[in-house]
Amino acid sequence: MSEMACDKHKETFVLNMGPQHPATHGVLRVKLVMDGEYIVEAEPVLGYIHRMHEKMGENRTWAQFMPNMGRLDYLGALSYNHGYAAAVERAAGIAVPERAEYIRVMTVELNRISSHLLWMGAYLLDLGGFTPLLYAFDDREKILDMLERVTGSRLTYCYFRFGGLYNDVDDQFLAEAKGFVARLRSRLPMYHTLVTKNVILMQRLKGIGVIDADMCRRYGVTGPVARGSGLNYDVRKNEPYSVYPQFDFDVPVYTEGDSMARYMVRMDEIEQSLRIVEQAIDGLPDGPVMAEKVPKIVKPPKGDYYHAVEAARGSFGVRLVSNGTNTPYRMKLRSPTYSNLSLLAEVAKGVTVADAVAFMGSLDLVIPEIDR
Amino acid sequence: MNPEIIRVVGYVVAVIAFVALNAAMLVWMERKVAGHIQRRIGPKEVGPFGILQSFADGIKLMTKQLIVPEGADVLLFKVAPMLVMIPAIMCFVTIPFSEQLAARNINVGLLLIFAIASVNVFALLLGGWASNNKYAVISAARAVSQNVAYEIPMLITAITVVMFTGTMNLQEIVLGQAGGFWNWNIFPVGKNIGMVVVMPISFLIFFICSMAETNRAPFDLGEAESELVAGFHTEYAGMGFGLFFLGEYANVFIGCSLSVILFLGGWQGPFGLLPGVHWFLLKVYFLIFVVMWMRWTFPRTTFYGLLNLSWKILIPISLFNLVLTGAFIKVF
Repeated sequence: MSEMACDKHKETFVLNMGPQHPATHGVLRVKLVMDGEYIVEAEPVLGYIHRMHEKMGENRTWAQFMPNMGRLDYLGALSYNHGYAAAVERAAGIAVPERAEYIRVMTVELNRISSHLLWMGAYLLDLGGFTPLLYAFDDREKILDMLERVTGSRLTYCYFRFGGLYNDVDDQFLAEAKGFVARLRSRLPMYHTLVTKNVILMQRLKGIGVIDADMCRRYGVTGPVARGSGLNYDVRKNEPYSVYPQFDFDVPVYTEGDSMARYMVRMDEIEQSLRIVEQAIDGLPDGPVMAEKVPKIVKPPKGDYYHAVEAARGSFGVRLVSNGTNTPYRMKLRSPTYSNLSLLAEVAKGVTVADAVAFMGSLDLVIPEIDR
Repeated sequence: MNPEIIRVVGYVVAVIAFVALNAAMLVWMERKVAGHIQRRIGPKEVGPFGILQSFADGIKLMTKQLIVPEGADVLLFKVAPMLVMIPAIMCFVTIPFSEQLAARNINVGLLLIFAIASVNVFALLLGGWASNNKYAVISAARAVSQNVAYEIPMLITAITVVMFTGTMNLQEIVLGQAGGFWNWNIFPVGKNIGMVVVMPISFLIFFICSMAETNRAPFDLGEAESELVAGFHTEYAGMGFGLFFLGEYANVFIGCSLSVILFLGGWQGPFGLLPGVHWFLLKVYFLIFVVMWMRWTFPRTTFYGLLNLSWKILIPISLFNLVLTGAFIKVF
């Protein structure tokens, strides 16, 4: 703690927000030095749900690590599947059939929508509005049902394989996905009229927790948080991977850098993801969903490999060091919210608890992904 | 036996029973309203339409152990929940449910209610302070400054009504609004055409203030659960929490019934038809429904937004209203 925090004359006190607290959405602990309602210092304390995923990766074969990918960011697990699968494919030089890539993109984008919807509901809950959560869950439920049909699970997906997918999608999935796109498109204006345009919401979000682009660069912030601060960085556009270059979509960027900007980026991203899903359904090619000649036991050649994907919260990167055996030598996962959370200490200085909660919510934290 | 004593005992029993039953009803109503706003059905298992749900909850709360946290001020910790209930029940003394149905007809009834109701803040402060919990202390401090801030515009608007009606006797205020809705204080076309401008604004200010006074959303900063866990009642278990809860609903009822008495004609019918207790309850429960509607629709304001609203907007407007009232009473 700094000198200021220990100053007896300031009458500051330490408040532990978490590890069990309604606003931290998980076992994050933020140690706050408070001066009345104002925060003097905020220090995120991590490690409450550390499970050594990276170390686990060194102790099992390449393929056996795939289920762990559903347990980092449990709200956007398919992006993590994609990141890991793509990294290993790059390392082992496995080509993925186009149909499989299309389905990957489709499911990842659906997963992104469900993640953003849940974030919207949970964020409004942080701000004291209970009702939007249940509306968002209603829509999210449809996505979970669809993904359950093809992936077999509702939350901790393990759908992708090296060289393709675990199984193909069927006509019902495509029909449902198409219906869902139309349904959510008709419901988004409702969210905007009921939630976005609410006077109290604007008062709570506009000008709160402003981050500038320079700060984002310093902390390695990515994803909607960076795009809300005017940084036009989206891995899908900047370092294209998979079949994303074939789709026509925009990257929403807002320059205000406040909580409202981050809110709007995510809401716009839902629309863009819907566009991608629609194009993927229409352009879905025929063919196999699994590459032929994928060895039973993958042994990437010796080397150092990195692959990043755009997860719902930002850039998720997998760095693999292979020594040519059937287990990774070293595995490093770069999770977006870890960097995004680092902003908290700087931004929370001098703001009230309520604004700090509003800021923390706008970062869209998923704690198991921060701790890994 | 002295019939006066029987009357007093009868009213005390009736009021306490009414407060408890009313709170049970309101909890059920709140859950149903919330349910339907959120596209679900709310409680339905216990009794028809789940109407006995709050009684089941009450039994659960009463069987729970009352835990006093370590380091708490035991006496104050136990007194605080009672101190919420006592003023809430006492306020019912002067509220006229109908022409005959009022425990006491006091000529300073309005003043008495304001005087007693302000004790409520004291209870929140004590409860928060005695809990020995930082969240509770922050919440108690919030509750106090919120109540102080909103009592002022509320009193000023009450004064405009008193100036207009010329009495602080709640019974007489209602009697003065007899005849039809054009005589109600909210839109007194029949009485003073100038006040038509002032009174709707006064009603709005009064209603907003009464919501803020009772710590209801969107002004529920005292128990803002995403910031302060459960606010001043974080450490209360079982019926200690139950009493805070009952007290909140009793205060909501009092706030809404004051709005009804002062502005919406109390137990008078809209066209002067069949005045009676049913009109009063109908109007009060409608206002309570509006309060619940707001709660489940709006997010919470911030503490400073709340104080700004009171000091920078509501107080100047209500003062301006007060001046206008004086002028209009002279002119028309």
